[in-house]
Amino acid sequence: MSATTKPVNQKAWFLILPVLLCVAFSAIVPLMTVVNYSVQDIISPERRVFVGTEWFAAVMRDEDLHAALWRQLTFSLAVLLVEIPLGILLALSMPAQGWKSSAVLVVVALSLLIPWNVVGTIWQIYGRSDIGLLGAALNAAGIDYSYTGNATHAWITVLVMDVWHWTPLVALLCFAGLRSIPDAYYQAARIDGASKLAVFRYIQLPKMRGVLMIAVLLRFMDSFMIYTEPFVLTGGGPGNATTFLSQYLTQKAVGQFDLGPAAAFSLIYFLIILLLCFILYNWMQRMGTADTQGAGHD
Amino acid sequence: MAHITLDLAHSYKLHPQQDSDYALLPLKMEFEDGGAYALLGPSGCGKTTMLNIMSGLLVPSHGQVLFDGRDVTRATPQDRNIAQVFQFPVIYDTMTVAENLAFPLRNRKVPEEQIRQRVGVIAEMLEMSGQLNQRAAGLSADAKQKISLGRGLVRSDVAAVLFDEPLTVIDPHLKWQLRRKLKQIHHELKLTLIYVTHDQVEALTFADQVVVMTRGRAVQVGSADALFERPQHVFVGHFIGSPGMNFLPAQMDAGCLRVAGHALDLPVPRRLPEGALQVGVRPEYLALAQPGQAGALPCTVQRVQDIGTYFMLTAQVGEQPIRARFSTEQRLPSPGDTVWLQALGEHTCFYQNEELLP
Repeated sequence: MSATTKPVNQKAWFLILPVLLCVAFSAIVPLMTVVNYSVQDIISPERRVFVGTEWFAAVMRDEDLHAALWRQLTFSLAVLLVEIPLGILLALSMPAQGWKSSAVLVVVALSLLIPWNVVGTIWQIYGRSDIGLLGAALNAAGIDYSYTGNATHAWITVLVMDVWHWTPLVALLCFAGLRSIPDAYYQAARIDGASKLAVFRYIQLPKMRGVLMIAVLLRFMDSFMIYTEPFVLTGGGPGNATTFLSQYLTQKAVGQFDLGPAAAFSLIYFLIILLLCFILYNWMQRMGTADTQGAGHD
Repeated sequence: MAHITLDLAHSYKLHPQQDSDYALLPLKMEFEDGGAYALLGPSGCGKTTMLNIMSGLLVPSHGQVLFDGRDVTRATPQDRNIAQVFQFPVIYDTMTVAENLAFPLRNRKVPEEQIRQRVGVIAEMLEMSGQLNQRAAGLSADAKQKISLGRGLVRSDVAAVLFDEPLTVIDPHLKWQLRRKLKQIHHELKLTLIYVTHDQVEALTFADQVVVMTRGRAVQVGSADALFERPQHVFVGHFIGSPGMNFLPAQMDAGCLRVAGHALDLPVPRRLPEGALQVGVRPEYLALAQPGQAGALPCTVQRVQDIGTYFMLTAQVGEQPIRARFSTEQRLPSPGDTVWLQALGEHTCFYQNEELLP
C-alpha cells in the first residue's frame, strides 16, 4: 500500500479520484471522442485522414446551418417571450394556501410529468385536421389549419406545444418565489396605499428576480436544445420549417452519416450554448448586483 | 389624527368556545388623540392582534373600532389613513431612499412639490438627508428600519402611527438613538403613536401610557410610575421591574395577618378581607430592618450578587424565595446569615385572586 507510506496531506488526492473518474467517463472522454472525429475524415474503419479545421470551416459555411441557427434563435426567443410572462401570470393567479392550492399545484405540474415523445404524440393527434380535437375544431371554424402542410402553422404548433409543456415549470418557480415574500411586505403595501400593479412592480417582481433568472436560463437552454417534440410532431418539416439545431445535427450524423462535420458542429453547438448561457447569466447577475450595490455608485 | 376607541373581542377560530380560544378577550379601550401609548406583554398575549385590528389589517370577530366616533371596523388601512411600522424592515428594493419615503404620498396622488417638501422634512428628522438618492436595498438593517419609520411618518394627516416591535432587528446602541428619535418626533408632530413591544424598558421610556397585556387581556393601563408602584394585577408586578415584584402568600385570620408562617402587625392601619392573600413588595423597597421590628420578616440569605450599580440579595422566608436590591454603600450580609427585611410598608401592595386590593 503505497498510499499509507505517503505524507498524510497527499491522501486527499485519493478522495477526489472517484469524482475525477466519474467526470472523465461521463464528460471528458465522450467530448474528446467528438473532438477526435471533428478533425479527421473517416473513410472506412481502417482508413482515416487528419483534416485539421476543414470540417469546422465547411460547417460554418453551410447555408442549412445558418437557417437552422436563425430558426432556433427565433424559436427560443419566442419561447421566453411567451412562457415567462404567462408563467408569472399563472403563478399570480394560483391560490396561495389550503387544499385548493395543493390541487392547483398538482394540475399545473401534470404536463411536466409527461415524457417528451409522448407530448409530441399527443399534439400530433390533437392537431390532426381529420380526427384531432384542435385541428378539426380550427378547420370547422374556417381556418385552413394544417401543421403538416403549412410552415407557419407547423412553427406555431411547435411553439404552442412547448408553451403547454413548459410554462408550468416557470409558474411553479414563480409560485415558490411569491410564497417566500413575507406577509409584512403585503401589509406594508396596504398601509402605504399601493395599488395591485404597484405591489407587483415594486414587491413581487423584484422579489421574484432570483427564480426568474433560473426560469429564463432553464427555458432558454432547454428550448435551444429542443429535439424530441418537433421530431415526433413534424419531423422537422414541412420542408425545413421546424428543423432546429438538434434535428439538423441528427440529420447530419445519423441521416447522412457525415461524422466529421457532425462532430465539428456538435462542438460548435456546445460552445454556442455555453457562450449564450455565460452571457445571459452574467447579464442577469449584473442586473442583480446593480440593484443591491448600486448604492455605492451613485 | 384621531381618537381611537376599541370595544371588541377577537378570535382566530370560527366558533370560539372558551376563553383560551380568544386572541383578545372582550375589552374596552380608549386611545387619546396625540398620545404616546405602548402595548406591553409577552409573546402571544394579543398585542399584535390588537394593533392589526386598529390598523385595519384584521377585522375583529366581535365588536367595533371607532375613530373619532366613526365606525371603521370594516374600513381598510387606507380609509383609516393609518401608518404601521413592522418588526422587520420593509423597503421597496428597486427604489431609492427618497422614492421609498415618497411612496405612500405618490399612491395618494399628493402633488409632487408637496411630496418633495415632506420627504425632505422627514429625511432631515431621521438624519437620512445625505442618503436620499441611494438605493434602499444596499443599506444596513437599521437604515432600512429608519426608512420604514419614515414611510410611516411622511403623511402629515395620518390618524395614528402603529409600531409593531420596530426595534427588534436594531443593534442595542442604535436602539437608544432611534427610541430617542421617536420620542422627539412625537413631541414635534403630535401624532398618536402606539408602540407594541415585549421590552418593558422600551415601553416605559417611550410611552406616556402603557397597556400591559397577558393572555388576551389588558390587565392594566397606566403610567410607568403607576405600573411600578401600584400593579393592578399580579402579572404586572411580575412583568414590570427587574427583577419583578416579590409575592408572598399570606393569610388573614380574624384580623391577624400571617405572611409565610409569621404573624405580622400592620404598620399602617389597613382593613384587609379575610382569607388567602398575596403580599407584593418590590425588591427596591425591601429594606433591612431591626430584628423583631413591626412588619419585618426573618429571612435566610442564600446569595448576594454584584449587579454593577447595586447588589441583589436572594433569600428565603420559609419556603418562599424573596429578592431585594441594595445600594453598594450598605454593609451586606453574607450567605447563611439571617436578616430581617421590612416586608410591610407604605409601598406594600395586597392582592386577592391576583387582583390588587384597594
